[in-house]
Amino acid sequence: MDWNFVIFSTLKILCVIFLALMPMVAYAVLAERKISAFIQDRVGPNRVSLPLIGGIPIIGPFLTRWGVWQPMADGLKAFLKEDFTPNYVRKAYFWLAPALTMTPAFLTIAVIPFGSNLGNQKMVIADLNVGILYTFGIVSLGVYGIVLAGYASNSKYPFLGGIRSTAQMISYEIAMGMSVIPVFLVAGDLNLSKIVERQALEGWFALPFMAQQQTLMSYLLWPCAMISFFIFLVSAFAETNRLPFDLPESETELVAGYNTEYSSIKFALFFMGEYANMIAASCMMVTLFFGGWSLPGLATPANTILAGLLHIGVFVGKMLVFMVLFIWVRWMLPRFRYDQLMDLGWRRFVPLALANILVTATVLLLLNSK
Amino acid sequence: MAAQDYLFYIFAALTLLCGLLVVVNPFSRNPVTSAMFLVLTIVSMAGLFVLLHAFFLAAVQILVYAGAVMVLFLFVIMLLDLKEEERRKIRLFGLITGLLSVLAVLGVVLKTYLVDSRLSANLQPPTIEGGTAALGTILFKNYLLPFEILSLLLLVAMVGVILLSKKDLK
Repeated sequence: MDWNFVIFSTLKILCVIFLALMPMVAYAVLAERKISAFIQDRVGPNRVSLPLIGGIPIIGPFLTRWGVWQPMADGLKAFLKEDFTPNYVRKAYFWLAPALTMTPAFLTIAVIPFGSNLGNQKMVIADLNVGILYTFGIVSLGVYGIVLAGYASNSKYPFLGGIRSTAQMISYEIAMGMSVIPVFLVAGDLNLSKIVERQALEGWFALPFMAQQQTLMSYLLWPCAMISFFIFLVSAFAETNRLPFDLPESETELVAGYNTEYSSIKFALFFMGEYANMIAASCMMVTLFFGGWSLPGLATPANTILAGLLHIGVFVGKMLVFMVLFIWVRWMLPRFRYDQLMDLGWRRFVPLALANILVTATVLLLLNSK
Repeated sequence: MAAQDYLFYIFAALTLLCGLLVVVNPFSRNPVTSAMFLVLTIVSMAGLFVLLHAFFLAAVQILVYAGAVMVLFLFVIMLLDLKEEERRKIRLFGLITGLLSVLAVLGVVLKTYLVDSRLSANLQPPTIEGGTAALGTILFKNYLLPFEILSLLLLVAMVGVILLSKKDLK
């Protein structure tokens, strides 16, 4: 057994989850509250601070005023609240459901190349040759958390929320899966690392001018890539249950949907699962359409530690842009009606994605036959 | 024994155990529990596929069966009246025929294992190509006609379902 591999993989998993994902989830919640406050012309959280922090010169006032400690207070509150289990619920599933929503979000991160190299380690946890299929497989398992939460609660509104979400997620998974096929037709590989390396050289799929060398092909395929990206983006909103597609928890109709009966840290797990899913979706969009860790000047895989860190920084930066987009859209758009949601998924996106696959394949065939 | 062998035994045991719990669960007769154990069976079978280097098959197994088909199963089971199902008695006839058919299959497997001499001979493991590209080449070069016929069959099934689910045809 290759112990080196085992040790480094464990290290990568631990670092990604506990040093990157968990803090990001926590601070995404803070960002959500701050940005919503900005959009609604409020101040947002600004009260929580630790003693003596204000005394630090220059950065002290910022650390006390911007709600930097709010996530810790929220987390502590979630743990200390009474964990109430209603006596009519189905206990086993009631306990299982929150974990099942949280885990898939973390598992999808495993195949995402979040950097090129650091030393001689590739900055991806599992460099699978069926990368994208793995991602879709795990994402499709995410439905179980919500549907079981609805079932376990054994009451009407959560159940309706669970059923709605199942229908919604299955519908949009199809559109999402079909929307990325053009990307793989162009790249000729399912491995996400290879796709990023290709984009670094020949232009990002969504922005072909961000390239090491300009090619005619990437410009000709630009419209296809944009349609792909658009469908993927909208489907990602639907898959993560974010507004304008948060039908599973639409509070005017369903109280709070599938998580109505949950309290304390179990509710917090659903809440964190949503943000972890947003992070995973952002990572996927950056990897598939926006060149992953690459920038035009930084296109080759790193061979120094500094360049490696820079690549990780570029990736995280791009991902944060999408996180802000997720939050921004939530506070700008109203919710769809349920029939509109289904109509958009099945009657608009699925045919459009299918046509897009055909057009991309034709363009590729014509270009390659010359 | 290498790590892969241990993993094989773990996944194989999980597949069998979960598969058994789908049909004969001593703790619960709730159909939802059965469906969830079926999901676990499918996932552990995907693990077996990975050990055979059939990565594409493993991913599709989870994507299609665990992710889509079983969710719809669950969907339907949850909407049905489950109380009656839980109260239903096990019928002797069903039990005996079921056991007999399982024994028959087991007999066939054992017979092949004991009698067929080719299995005991030292066999070369076949070259394993489970990647997407290899599978695509085989499907679209060697087995194009069966593949297309299957697609047609699926299309017919799809049209049929839509036709059946429409209440009033204009």
